[in-house]
Amino acid sequence: MTRALTEGRTIPILTVVAALVVIWYAFAVWLNSPWQIDRYEKAEVEWTTGQLINDTLNQERPVLPAAHQVAVEIWKTTVQKKITSKRSLVFHGWITLSATLLGFAIGTVLGVALAVFIVHNRAMDKSMMPWIIASQTVPILAIAPMIIVVLNAIGLSGLLPKALISTYLSFFPVVVGMVKGLRSPQAHELDLMHTYNASRAQTFWKLRWPSSMPYLFTSLKVAVAISLVGAIVGELPTGAVAGLGARLLTGSYYGQTIQIWSALFVAAALAACLVMIVGAADRIVMRRMGLAR
Amino acid sequence: MMLPAVIALWFAAWALNEWLVRRRFASPALARVRDLAVPVIFGATLLMLWEAVTRGFDVPTVLLPPPSMIWERIVNSVPILWADFQQTFLKAVLSGYVLGCGSAFLVAIAIDRSPFLQRGLLPLGNFVSALPIIGIAPIMVMWFGFDWPSKAAVVIVMTFFPMLVNTVSGLAASSHMERDLMRTYASSYWQTLFKLRLPAAAPFIFNALKINSTLALIGAIVAEFFGTPIVGMGFRISTEVGRLAVDMVWAEIAVAALAGSAFYGVIVLIERAVTFWHPSVRSARAT
Repeated sequence: MTRALTEGRTIPILTVVAALVVIWYAFAVWLNSPWQIDRYEKAEVEWTTGQLINDTLNQERPVLPAAHQVAVEIWKTTVQKKITSKRSLVFHGWITLSATLLGFAIGTVLGVALAVFIVHNRAMDKSMMPWIIASQTVPILAIAPMIIVVLNAIGLSGLLPKALISTYLSFFPVVVGMVKGLRSPQAHELDLMHTYNASRAQTFWKLRWPSSMPYLFTSLKVAVAISLVGAIVGELPTGAVAGLGARLLTGSYYGQTIQIWSALFVAAALAACLVMIVGAADRIVMRRMGLAR
Repeated sequence: MMLPAVIALWFAAWALNEWLVRRRFASPALARVRDLAVPVIFGATLLMLWEAVTRGFDVPTVLLPPPSMIWERIVNSVPILWADFQQTFLKAVLSGYVLGCGSAFLVAIAIDRSPFLQRGLLPLGNFVSALPIIGIAPIMVMWFGFDWPSKAAVVIVMTFFPMLVNTVSGLAASSHMERDLMRTYASSYWQTLFKLRLPAAAPFIFNALKINSTLALIGAIVAEFFGTPIVGMGFRISTEVGRLAVDMVWAEIAVAALAGSAFYGVIVLIERAVTFWHPSVRSARAT
């Protein structure tokens, strides 16, 4: 029993997480204490170490908020606020999530379509692949604000501009993965299809498409995480109206560190959920195809 | 009048490419020139189309300036671009990249000796690499001030986890047989590390270095949106967008793209030199 526990992953992960929380609290006390001591001295109060630690962990605007402060803030802004309220993180999270999902969907469709063209046309392959790879060395996230502002200028606003940034980021892993996946059938498998007198379409649907599935899902996991990043950054320049990115920006303007950290944690939870959903879809499809690992 | 010409140009370039890829060249040198020429023709066509469409349809320059205008802007404002490049790339990106990748590499070697830590840290590292780490930018700006150290800090955190995860799995890449061979040579832990396991891990490490090269640039530029001194690529982009000086923004983007591609290219070259034995490099050389 204990052996199974120590050799599994649960105990090591929990240990590391516990260690991280301890380090976090240590840092919180260390980083917040200068300001607190300063206040004590101004108020000319006697203070003890215990009191100092207690106060540093409960500041209004700490340099590094303690874990429980962030937890309380998340609880307050998700469960205790109405969903429609402007201060509810569920509301902001939904705005970010909808842009993410739209961008992810467009990116996936575009990526798969490009991959299909690239696999079936040599000219496409030779002329586009290098540019697709080069397109990712362009720091698109850095240009995101301009795309948003420019699209706003021609009357496109709201969900779509953000989604387009997510699209740009997420199509790349899908193209690369799918090109690899659609080419993964071996020569003898392709030859077999040839002896069946299969048409190109038949070869595609019965051989290439099924054998590309593992590659597709691996890319989708990367793509969904990256499109969330795109959506968050896309929200930064729109004047900080709504969304998790806007919460980050307003938090940094007004020095609300607790707000920044809670937005960060909600974004992290969102990313984890999205990756897990794709992972679950992956497992279901693989099992249906008899490829379960 | 404009539209047919544009379409004709597109088809002509496409037909040229189709013809080129179908030709068989006797000498490998010519084939290599062909492989280079095809994407270049494609890119040049795109640029010409861009120029023709923006000029022909009178697209407002605020929306999309023609490439010639962007080029003019680049040529005219080299000092500003150079200062921004220095601030963002040479100071923030490079220092953050070296520190982030270096520390992750050392941590990976340290936790490699403890299976317990490996099992605990690896899933977490994988998890963290999927998170929107860029969100810590405002916090780092708050902690380390407006100048480049805060940007370098963001880059360090962004590059740390991909490097950690890849190095740890790379160190596990050498097979049992090879490690047993090292044991029969009575080699010490460090000898095995330097002579067998690090070289075997090199493809994984370079993979992380390549991923990180683009991440680092993005991290530094985005972090500048949260506050900078009055220099830097991210700063320039956000202020010039505000003034609707879009040609300057595009000039900055061109510099960023060039820097990003060059950075990536340098790492690929180093990779080819270091992991010359790897199948992916060997097959690339053979064709």
